[in-house]
Amino acid sequence: MTTLNVNGKEVPVDEEGYLLNLSDWDEDVAKVIAKNEGIEELTDRHWAVIKFMQKVFKEKGTGPSIRKLGKESGVPIKELYKLFPKGPAKKAAKIAGIKKPVGCI
Amino acid sequence: MTENNGYEPIQKVSIIISRGSLDGVYPGLIMANGALMEGIDAMLFFTFFGLDAIRKKTMNNLKVATVANPAMHIPTWIGAIPGMSAFATSKMKREIEKLDIPPVGEFLEMIHDAGGIILACKATVEMFHLSKSDFCDQVDDIVSVGQMYEASAGAEIIFT
Repeated sequence: MTTLNVNGKEVPVDEEGYLLNLSDWDEDVAKVIAKNEGIEELTDRHWAVIKFMQKVFKEKGTGPSIRKLGKESGVPIKELYKLFPKGPAKKAAKIAGIKKPVGCI
Repeated sequence: MTENNGYEPIQKVSIIISRGSLDGVYPGLIMANGALMEGIDAMLFFTFFGLDAIRKKTMNNLKVATVANPAMHIPTWIGAIPGMSAFATSKMKREIEKLDIPPVGEFLEMIHDAGGIILACKATVEMFHLSKSDFCDQVDDIVSVGQMYEASAGAEIIFT
């Protein structure tokens, strides 16, 4: 089993790095995942996206589409790609501790 | 089933959209946006009737063909009844919206904002007597086939 070391605690993740147990998520876990994804520091803008993804996941059981993310998170698409380079929906989902998005949009 | 089995992941796609029907345009847009979401660079090249997808005048009024389209599973003579194409189009547009797939104009904006490059084919732009001002703001340039290949360096070219 793959695990993520967060301040000495082992957190189980799948082979792509998504949390296996969403209940393991906290801000420190998010920071470690972000670093692994090449994001050195999570700014307020990152957190706005992360919190939005968690809110949608709580309501719908799945992360938002990139379209919804761009329209409703308060962070436009151009900025999303800057904040989470190379695939914002998946990267932000991973950092937010929710399941990998499976939609095509 | 979807692992890369030791192959190098795709880095860049160059998608050519040559048709102007709703069903001719959407697959290319979905693949381009999908590529960008995977961290794959994407370029779209619109040619022939595909230009309708980036023309301000036509881009949000693309239709589904109900004639000469066997996959519609309706007889040709029914497909030819006035209003059939409009009916099929509005039905498909509703289904598209249900899947949270945006209208063409908004989709192009999304792709462009995500870093996708949008190009129009020079030969067909000239053939249809169009100019840059006929196209939506997201069109980066009008280029020749040669320039399209240059811009496609390192890309997988997908023709739709």
